[in-house]
Amino acid sequence: MIRVSNLSKRFVLHNQSNAVIPVLADANFNVFPGECVGLAGPSGSGKSTLMRMIYGNYLAQSGEILIGNVNVAAATAREIILLRRETLGYVSQFLRVVPRVPVRDVVAEPLLTLGALRDEAFERAEAMLELLNIPEHLRHLSPTTFSGGERQRVNIARGFVHDYPALLLDEPTASLDAANRDIVLDLIEGAKSRGAAIIGIFHDNDFRRQICDREIDVTQFMPKAA
Amino acid sequence: MTLPLLDVLGIAKKYGGRTGCSDVSFALWPGEVMGVVGESGSGKSTLLNCLSGNLVPDTGEVLFNTRCEGMRDTLKMSESERRRLSRTDWAFVHQNPRDGLRMNVSAGGNIGERLMGVGERHYGNIRRQAMDWLGRVEIPENRVDDRPATFSGGMRQRLQIARNLVTGPRLIFMDEPTGGLDASVQARLLDLLRSLVREMELAVVIVTHDLAVARLLADRMMVMKDGCAIESGLTDQVLDDPQHAYTQLLVGSVLQV
Amino acid sequence: MSEYNFAYLDEQTKRMIRRAILKGLAVPGYQVPFASREMPMPYGWGTGGVQVSAATLTPEDTLKVIDQGADDTTNAISIRRFFQKTADVEVTERTTEASVIQTRHRIPETELKEGQILVYQVPIPEPLRFLEPSEVETRKMHALEEYGLMHVKLYEDISIHGAIATSYAYPVKVEGRYLMDPSPIPKFDNPKMEMAAIQLFGAGREQRIYALPPYTRVVSLDFEDHPFDPGRADHACELCGAENSYLDEVIVNDRGERMFVCSDTDFCESRLNGNGEGGA
Repeated sequence: MIRVSNLSKRFVLHNQSNAVIPVLADANFNVFPGECVGLAGPSGSGKSTLMRMIYGNYLAQSGEILIGNVNVAAATAREIILLRRETLGYVSQFLRVVPRVPVRDVVAEPLLTLGALRDEAFERAEAMLELLNIPEHLRHLSPTTFSGGERQRVNIARGFVHDYPALLLDEPTASLDAANRDIVLDLIEGAKSRGAAIIGIFHDNDFRRQICDREIDVTQFMPKAA
Repeated sequence: MTLPLLDVLGIAKKYGGRTGCSDVSFALWPGEVMGVVGESGSGKSTLLNCLSGNLVPDTGEVLFNTRCEGMRDTLKMSESERRRLSRTDWAFVHQNPRDGLRMNVSAGGNIGERLMGVGERHYGNIRRQAMDWLGRVEIPENRVDDRPATFSGGMRQRLQIARNLVTGPRLIFMDEPTGGLDASVQARLLDLLRSLVREMELAVVIVTHDLAVARLLADRMMVMKDGCAIESGLTDQVLDDPQHAYTQLLVGSVLQV
Repeated sequence: MSEYNFAYLDEQTKRMIRRAILKGLAVPGYQVPFASREMPMPYGWGTGGVQVSAATLTPEDTLKVIDQGADDTTNAISIRRFFQKTADVEVTERTTEASVIQTRHRIPETELKEGQILVYQVPIPEPLRFLEPSEVETRKMHALEEYGLMHVKLYEDISIHGAIATSYAYPVKVEGRYLMDPSPIPKFDNPKMEMAAIQLFGAGREQRIYALPPYTRVVSLDFEDHPFDPGRADHACELCGAENSYLDEVIVNDRGERMFVCSDTDFCESRLNGNGEGGA
C-alpha cells in the first residue's frame, strides 16, 4: 500500500547563511495492507520528517513515495488533496482548527468533505467522540479550549472517523492515560483488521510492542556525511 | 483528468515601467481554495483584478470553463458576456464591504440584486431566497429590511458574501475578506467560508497577507514577490517546508501565538 | 413683432436640438445628450421642455402649456407667454385644438391624436440615478441592458411599504429595450403613454433629450406577484363628476374644507360646458 524508494531529503535554510541540512538519504521500505509499522530511532533521527514527507507536508529531493498508485513525491497539489481526502489519514500531535468551530463539526469534517450526508456524518462523529470519552457537554465547544489529552483524543477521532486505507500516526498516545490508550489500541487494531496500512511513531515502548508488526530503524536512512 | 474550472496562463501587467505582476500561471478545480500570499505591493491585488476582469492584463489568458461553451478566454469575451459572468458564475468579495454592498439598500435588496439581475421577477421568490441566505450567513431574518449601515463589520462582510453567493457562482475572488475584522469575528467568517466552499463546491482565489488565514482556508498556496509567483504548492507544505528564501523569511517572520 | 429669432433660440441651436430629437425618435427611450442652452428662466422651470418646444414649433402651430394638468398655473402661463412673445404662435387651452402641448407632471385626460406632439419637462432623466450615482456605470447598464437594479428599487418599495409605493416617475421599459423615466407624471398616466401622438422629453440641466414615436410599446415595470397598478381615485370629480380622471385635492376655505377636482382643467371645463370631448 505504501512503497518508499530511494527517498532523500535535505533542508536549505536560505536565511541562515544557506545552511544545508541533509536529513534523509536513500530510504527504502514498504508497508502492506493490514500492517502496522513503527518508525524507531532517537529524536532528531528524522522519524517525523519521514512521516511528513509521506503525507506530502515536506517535499522530497529525490525518490518515490507511492501510496496506492499516487507518487506523493511528484504529485500535484490537487492530487495530494484528493489523496488526503479519500486515502491517506494523518493523526498529528497538533490540532489545527478554525477557532469557535465545535468539536463535533471538527470531527465530522472529513466525512462532509467526502460528500457524506450531514446527519450521518454527525452521527458517526458523535459515536467516535463517545468512544474516546469526550463528554457530551464538551462536544458543542471549540477544542481550542481543551486540555492536551482532550485535544489529542479529538485529533484521533478525526483521524479514524473515515476508514482511510492508509494511516499515519504521529505519537497518537503521547498525552493519554492508560484507559484511553487502550481505546486507541483497539482503534488501530480495528483499522489493521479492515486492511489499512499504518505507519506510526510511538514513544511508549509497551504500546509500540503491542501494536507494531515490525519496526523500521530510521537511523539507517541518515545521510552518511552527517 | 477533468478540465479545470479556471486556467490562468502567463498573466502579466505593467504599470508604466513598474511591474504589477509577471508571467503568473495556475489552474484551479471546483472545490479548491487557492491562497495568494505576499506582502503589500507584491502584485497580489493586481493579479486578482486581472483575473476577475477589473484590470486588463498586458499578456496572458484567463480561461474559464463556462457552463455552455466549455473553456473560454474571459479576456476575449465581450464586455456584456464578461459582466454577465461576473454576476452569475463569478463572485468578488471585497476587503471593505462598503465596496461590495449598496449601503442605501436593505439587506434583502442587496441579496436580491443579483437575482433580479438575471431576470427573477417574482417578489416572493426573491424575498424567500434573501431570507434563506441571511440564515446561511447567520444574520437574523428580522434584519432583512435593515440597511447595511446599521450592521456591524462582521455582519456586513457576511452580507456581502450572501449577496455574492445567491446566484450559485462557481468561482469566487476574495480580496483580504477577513482584513479589518476582530479576531473572534474573523474566526466566525472563516468557519462560514469553509462550510460554504464545501457545500457549494466553490473554487476560490483568496488574496491575503495573513498566513494563518491562508492555512485554515486554502488548500493550495501561491507566494508572490515583486509581481512573480516564486513558490506554490499545498498550503501546509509551503508553510512547513518552504523552499524559496523569501518564503522562508515570510514564514519565519510570523509571530507565534 | 419682436427682435427675437423665431421661438427665441437661434437656428443653429434649433437644428442641433432637432438632430437630437430625431435620434431620440429613432432609438425610442435612449437618452440623447445635447448642448443645452441657457434659457431666460431658472433650471427646474422647464428649460429642457422649452428648448424642445422651441425647436419643434413652426409658425402654423397652436401651443398649449400645462403644469400639473392646469393651464392657469404660474409656470404654464409664463411659458405660454414666452412663446407668444418670441414665436407669436397661436395658443390655446383646449387639448383638442393644440398641435404642440408642453407639459409638466401630467398627460392630458383627453386622448391625443396623430399629428399632435407632447413635450415633457424632465428634471432627472436617468431612472437608475438614485441607486447608481456613476453616469459611466448607468450608461454601461443601458448599453448592455442590465436593468436588474431598477427592480431593486421596486423591491425596496414592497419590503418597506408592502406594495410598490412609487406613485410618480414610475419607470417604464420602451419597446422591450430601454429603461426610461417617464418624467414625474403620476403612475396613473403611465398607461396613456402608448398613444397616437409623438412624445418628446427634454431635460435642460441634465442635457438629455429622449423620445417616443407614436404607438410605441411602453410597459411599466413590476413583479409577477405585485403587478403594476395605475391606481384610481376613490372619488368622482366634485365639479364635473368624472370618475376616471386624475384628481387634485384642493383646500377651498380657511376652515380647511377640501374638495377633489380634475387636475386637467381643460377636461373638466369641457365636461361642464357639455362639449363632451372629455368623454365620461
